[in-house]
Order: sequence, then C-alpha cells, then structure tokens
Amino acid sequence: MDHVVDVEVNGRGYTRDVEARLLLSDFLRHELGLTGTHVGCEHGVCGACTVLLDGVPVRSCLTFAVQAAGRSIMTVEGLSGDPDDLHPLQSAFHEAHGLQCGFCTPGFLMTLLPFLEENDDPTEQEIRLALSGNICRCTGYQHIVDAVKLAAAKRRAGLTTPAQEEDVAGEAGML
Amino acid sequence: MIGARVKRNEDPRLLTGQALFVDDVHIPGMLHVAFKRSDYAHARLLSVDVAGAREMPGVVAVYTAEDLGDYWQPSPLLVPPPPAQYVVFNQRTAGQLARDKVRYVGEPVVMIVAESRYLAEDAADAVVVEYEPLDAVVRVEVGLDEDAPLVHEDVGSNLAAHVIQTKGDYASARANADLVVSRHFEYDRGTAAPIETRGVVAQWDQLARHLTVWDSTQAPIPIRNGLAGMLGLSERQVRVVAPFVGGGFGPKIMMFYPEETLVPWAAIKLNRPLKWIEDRLENFVAMTHERGQVHEAELAITKDGKILGIKDVFLHDNGAYDPYGLTVPLNTQTHLLGPYIVPHYYTEFKAVFTNKIIVTPYRGAGRQHGVFVIERLLDAAAKELGIDPLELRRRNFIHPDQFPYNNVIIAQDFTSLTYDSGNYEPVLDRAKAMIGWDEFRAVEGPRLRAEGKRIGIGLVMYVEGTGIGPYEGARIQVEPTGKVTVVTGVGTQGQGHYTVFAQIAAHMLGVPLEDVLVSTGDTGQFNWGTGTFASRGATVAGSAVHAAAGMVAEKAKRLAAEMMEAADEDIELQGGYAQVKGMPGARVSLSELAARANPLRGAVKPGTEPGLEATAYFGPPMQATACGAHAIILEVDDETFDVKVQRYVVVHDCGTVLNPLILEGQVHGGVAQGIGNAFFEQLAYDESGQLLNASFMDYLLPTSTDVPRIEVGHEETPSPLNPMGVKGAGEAGAIPVGPLYAQALDNAFEDIGLEIREIPLSPSKLWELVEGARKRR
Repeated sequence: MDHVVDVEVNGRGYTRDVEARLLLSDFLRHELGLTGTHVGCEHGVCGACTVLLDGVPVRSCLTFAVQAAGRSIMTVEGLSGDPDDLHPLQSAFHEAHGLQCGFCTPGFLMTLLPFLEENDDPTEQEIRLALSGNICRCTGYQHIVDAVKLAAAKRRAGLTTPAQEEDVAGEAGML
Repeated sequence: MIGARVKRNEDPRLLTGQALFVDDVHIPGMLHVAFKRSDYAHARLLSVDVAGAREMPGVVAVYTAEDLGDYWQPSPLLVPPPPAQYVVFNQRTAGQLARDKVRYVGEPVVMIVAESRYLAEDAADAVVVEYEPLDAVVRVEVGLDEDAPLVHEDVGSNLAAHVIQTKGDYASARANADLVVSRHFEYDRGTAAPIETRGVVAQWDQLARHLTVWDSTQAPIPIRNGLAGMLGLSERQVRVVAPFVGGGFGPKIMMFYPEETLVPWAAIKLNRPLKWIEDRLENFVAMTHERGQVHEAELAITKDGKILGIKDVFLHDNGAYDPYGLTVPLNTQTHLLGPYIVPHYYTEFKAVFTNKIIVTPYRGAGRQHGVFVIERLLDAAAKELGIDPLELRRRNFIHPDQFPYNNVIIAQDFTSLTYDSGNYEPVLDRAKAMIGWDEFRAVEGPRLRAEGKRIGIGLVMYVEGTGIGPYEGARIQVEPTGKVTVVTGVGTQGQGHYTVFAQIAAHMLGVPLEDVLVSTGDTGQFNWGTGTFASRGATVAGSAVHAAAGMVAEKAKRLAAEMMEAADEDIELQGGYAQVKGMPGARVSLSELAARANPLRGAVKPGTEPGLEATAYFGPPMQATACGAHAIILEVDDETFDVKVQRYVVVHDCGTVLNPLILEGQVHGGVAQGIGNAFFEQLAYDESGQLLNASFMDYLLPTSTDVPRIEVGHEETPSPLNPMGVKGAGEAGAIPVGPLYAQALDNAFEDIGLEIREIPLSPSKLWELVEGARKRR
C-alpha cells in the first residue's frame, strides 16, 4: 500500500505516493531527480548519502521516505546546484583540491554545513573527528581537512551564501 | 601553465551535484536489473527454477544461462600470457551466467529484469536453485595439493599458470655469497572499494539501430569494440560512455564483467532501456580483488652488503578464472628488483585457481608484493650484517649513469624490463632529511623510549613501472568561438584529466586555461585507445594531447603566416592570438583562423585539411620507471596495539610535474589506500569460501582519524621516453606502505626481535606476532 509523503526539499514542496519501503536516498534521487545525493554502501557506513533532515545530518540510505513526511530536507543542490555560483563551503573544496572522483563529496558537504555552524574555528583534530563518519577512498582526507579550515575562515569572514562568494568557480568547463 | 598549481576544472560540477554518474542516467521507460548469485563457493548446479520469479509483480524477464542461447560465451582473454622463458597458461574464462557449476560466492546465476530494482530483488528471492556443494579451494597454499578439489576439472589441477624468468645465474651467485637470507612472506587479499560501485545502463534505439551504454568502466573504448563484436553490431552502432566515475583503482578496468555484456544484450532483446547498479554486498563478492600471494624468497649477499642475487618462488591466488592474464604476478616479478643492482635473479610463480572472485590489478597491481619481498629481505640482511638499513640500500642503487638499465626479464608490457631514467640517492637523502632519520635514531627515539613509548621509524624505497603502451590518442580543435576542445579516449575516475590535459593544450596553443574544454571517456567523441590504468593517463594520453596541440599550433602558425605575409617561424601564439614576433599590432585571433580554416564557399589548395584541428597518437616504446621513498614514525599503544602514525613522508620522482596540487592529491590518496592495505583491510574467508566481512562495518577502510598528514617532497628526473619527460604517479602512494609499516614496527619492537613477514596487519594480528616474538626469546 502506498503512502502520501509531503515533504519540503531545498525550500520546495513535493507530494508523492510512495511504498513504505522506499529509501529516502532512492526517493530523492529517482522520484525527485535530485541525483547530487550519492549512494555508496546502503548500510549507513560510508556517509555519501548524507542529507539534512530538519537541519540534522542523516543517512538517507537508512531513512525511509515516509519518515521524512511533513519535514524539511536539504541536499547538496540546496547548498548550490549551480556550478557557476558555488557556496563558500563548495568553493573551499575547489580551492583546496578537497575532492578527486567527487562521489563522496556531497555527503561530506552536508556533514560539514551544520558542523561549521556550530564551530567556525575548529582545530585539525576536531575537523578529523567531524569527518570520521564519511569515507573518502581518493584523497587521503588531507586536502579535505584543508578545505574545512578554509571554509571555516570564509565563514568567520562573513561568507555564508553563494552570492557572497566571489570565487571564480566555474570559470573553466568541460564539454 | 605546465607545472602550475592549477585548481581543477571538473570540480564545480562535482561540488554542486551536477556531474553525471552512471546511476544518475534516467531514461523514461527504463527497467531495472538484479542478479541471483551463487551462495556457494563451489557447487554443482542441479536445477534452477525461475517459474516463481517470473510470476512476481513487475517482472518483465528472467534469464538463466540456458535462456542466453548462443549469446552465452566465455569472456575473451584480455591480456595474453607473456613471451617469457618458461610459460604455461591455462585459459579459463567465465560465461555470463553459471551453468553446470558455480566457482565462487557471488557468481551470477540468474538475471532478472523488472519495473523497479525493489521488484527485481523480490523476484531474485523467488528463484530456487538446487546445489550440490563441493569442497572449495580457498587457501592458495593447498590449491596444488594432489587431493585438492578441482575448480576446473578439465585442467586436471588448479594450475592457472606457471612462469619462470631468470637474469644471470642465481646458483653461482648463491655459491659466492657470504650470507644467504631466506624468508617466507605472505600478502593477503584486499578490495579496492571505490565508493561508487559498478553500474551499467543500456539503451537500444530500434529505429536508428544504435546502442548507447553508460558504464562505470576505466576502458570505454575496448568495451565498445568488444560489445559490438559480441552483439553482431558495427562499432559505429555502439557508443559507450564512461561519464564521471566514482573511483576505479583497477577493478573497473576488468572486462568483460558478466553484467557488462548482459545488460546491453537484454536492452536490445526487450527494446527497453535497462539499468543495473551494483550494491555494496555485490561489490564485495563480484568485483575483482587483488593481492593474495605467498613467497619463499632468498637473498644472496656479500659481507659488505653487495647484493649478488635473489631467488623468489611464489604462489599467486588467481581466483576462479583468469581473463586478465598474468599482469599482477608479472608486476610482482619485475618490481621486486627495485632501484637496486641485482646481477642474478631467479623468479618463478604458479598462479592457482581458487574458489574466489578473480584477481585483477588494484592500485599497485602486484607491485606491492615484490616491493615487500625485496625491502624485507634487505632489512633482514642489514640486521644480520650489522649495516644500517639505509646504507645497505645506498650501496646497491643503480647509478644515474647506468640508465637505460636493462633488467632482462619480461615486463607486463611484454618488453624486456628496462628502466628509462632514475636518480635514487637524492630521493633517499631527501626522505631521510625530511623524516629526521639521524636525529630520531640518535636522540629522539631513545628519549621517547626511555619515557616508555613504543615508537618506531622506517624508510623504504621502490620503483614503479608506469605509463605503459600500447597507445592513446587525442583530437584537438580550435572552434570559431576561439574555444579549444580536447577529446581523448581515456576516462577519468578522479585523477584530474579535465584539468591536466587542458593545461597541456593551453600551454601549447597560448590560450587561457578557461578556454580549453576537455571530453574524456566517450566513444562518441573519440574511439581509439585503451583506457585508464597502470599510471598512464598523464604519460601516454598527456603526450598525445601534447602532440595534437603541437600540430594545431603549427597549422595556426602556417595560416597566420600566409595571412600576414610572414614566415611560419616568425609567428608565436599568445593570449588566443597568432602574432608576428616583435610586432605587437600584427596579429590575428585563433578564432578568426578557425573560421578561415573551414570556408563555406570558394576553393582550397589541394591537400588542405579543414579546421584548426589535429589528431595525434602516442605510444611509448616501454614503460617509464618512477621511484620514491616513504618514511614513517609511528607509535604503538602497548595495551590496544593500535598504531598511531606521528609523521609520514613521501619523496617521489615522477619526472616532470604537470600539476603539483593534483600530484599531491594522488600521492595522499595512494598512501591512504596503502595504510588500509597495511593495517586495516583484509578479506576474511572461511574454509568453505564464504567471505565473512563483506560490509563496511566489518571490512574497515581508513577514515580521517586513521590517515595522518602526509608530507610530500619531489625530485624530478625526466623520462626520455616522451616529450614532456613525465612518468606516472597514480599508484606510487599505495605501493611501499606494507614494508614501511613492517620495518617501523620491527624497529618499535626491536627489544624483542620482532620481524614482520606478512601483510595486512591489524591490532590483533600485531599482538599475536609480538606475543610470538616474546615467546621465542
């Protein structure tokens, strides 16, 4: 039997009929077409699928879509879904080379957004602890840690939205 | 531009969730695929009953091996056996779905197509397979025993391959040695675990008679060519796209995986778009593994520390089939020689069929094992001879004036193993200085130990054969907008191809970096080449980009010279213009030249090729040999045996550095995987061939609190084999971490005479080894 799910995602309302067993990750990706959220393990370890549910990071692969009914979700596209207009956290990753294949990156970003809201001047050890629930297989984490330091500095300088970020992200492209 | 610390062009799309990965492909009407896989490592298939599955809701098709008809075929042999001195190779590759027998847990038995993945998996549960379980070959050490069960009965044993290679005459070296050090070494299996699993989407256009396949592969062009052949289509009727790929590390170069040939076939048969995305459990059991060797090695050496010869005989765990040939054990044979002069060498291996998923290259691709053997032998010899371990290495280095240095045996590219260039002492010296070797050994180490700390230091060396052939290509065009497009066949799995290839083209054409657009991994754009593997992207494809850009530059200069009535050699390219040297006003934009090179009316000279465009190919005569040193200071917790890395230093020589930012990222990531391999990651099988830790909860990947900050230093010894002098760097970080941990842990437990002879370790394994060493004293 299907269930009606009313949910707000990145500030926009959606209503869908879904099966009780539909994962929130599949709902976001395949029902709503928000494919920026990635699925790495489907058992809650790798953190690639992390989104914010009422502002709190959750594993969307361990959450059913019906559990999000009546609630508010933010995905990576809500930070900024425009490559020419990056959020300061995204541009910090760009500047510090904080990603390689980029598959795990949206989960890192969504973990870090609330972390930096709570602590905009973290130590390296605090950053590493904050990241320890997200697995990256490419970078060895060092440039991610550097990116978080840079993002924290941007935040302390008052940069919190894409519009304020004057980085030249997206200056060059691909076919 | 070449050598600049440039940020990556691909990042903005990846950071905003706007980069296309295979699972992001959505096509209206698309169906979803799931597989019923073998629960047994070794069993006879008595019956496969799919009647119930066919009745399940949403099921569109169910296929067994029988249903594939003539399409059922053993996969092709990807890499033939080498032309070495003595070679036996028993080729056994797998059909797409098991029939008669299953040979590893996870082998696909039934393919199900349904309206959703959820429904397809429901139907997979409704398949009833009757098995007659057989004893499984799990440990490579017993695979060749007379009474071992047979993975392939028709082979008559479990021997997949037997190769002997020699350089000089080891027996005479041994006879002249002052000391012979003999050891038994083990290096067990791990998995690459890219965060994006494998995936295939296929769409057949019935009216255009054209197949499009999105595949998370490292080799889209060979996949296209092979698929066309298997499906009876022309190569022009098939387009394979490897879009953004979420990490590869080797296993995604394997072909053909059964899923890769089945999904396109069924898409045509059903005339519906199909998607299969591997889940993590499938990835653990059905994506290829690596490592898995057992060595009996000995080193013949003089009392003043000169290597006379090495003998190494090993077993290689091949898994159930051998479609990838012998690349991994060959790399072990060649990389064992390291940066050292080894006058006499005897190397022999037997590859053994086992009831496990097959072994194919994973970052390092056999190099780890060889480096582990030589570095451990040298450490043991240094102890017995009372020579400092770094001094012992230095005494045996190949000297800078000995290159090219021929090591005689056959390498993975089937050429006689020859090092193109190298200079090893500065690498050792820099690593030694960066880690503070002398200071630590004389002052800091003893002081910390006096405080009760269990602390150790290590430094090991390695060489890496990189950038092998056969070839890659690139096509470069200046469009009438002035933008430059670079297309090449090698796909990217995060190595920064969109940026580094743009840097090369921008440098050669004198255009701003932001005006260069790169396309990789799409056979619709470029269809000659092999793929991304063996640390060859920058070296081979980068050299092709360099050559094509050079040809476009020449063409632009020629056109500009004609227009401005100057000599070709007086034209220079700068800022998007072709200008006469020393005459600032005399210039024409590349944009205008591009328009003129493609006229719509009028006549052209005979022989004119349209467009400001060129295509070039590059194939090196042999691999380019990079080298490096890794150094570590680590501390062991006396209670938990957890290891904390205090310092980690990498000094790396991969010739000319194209982009230091990207290079450092490659090294960091490699080291992280090396640390996983050395201390966290081991695939645990029981005696029936069941993988016991097939989840990220049980198979531990290093996290941000496990991987230390890595200090990277560069030396640059250019390769003479390509115009920019580059060597590969993709695998370097991962290669020597096992022997490095072993050496530093030996040092930390020097007081009890610990000598580590196996990788991977773990806190509990380390505890066992330490207890053993204590008891032996």
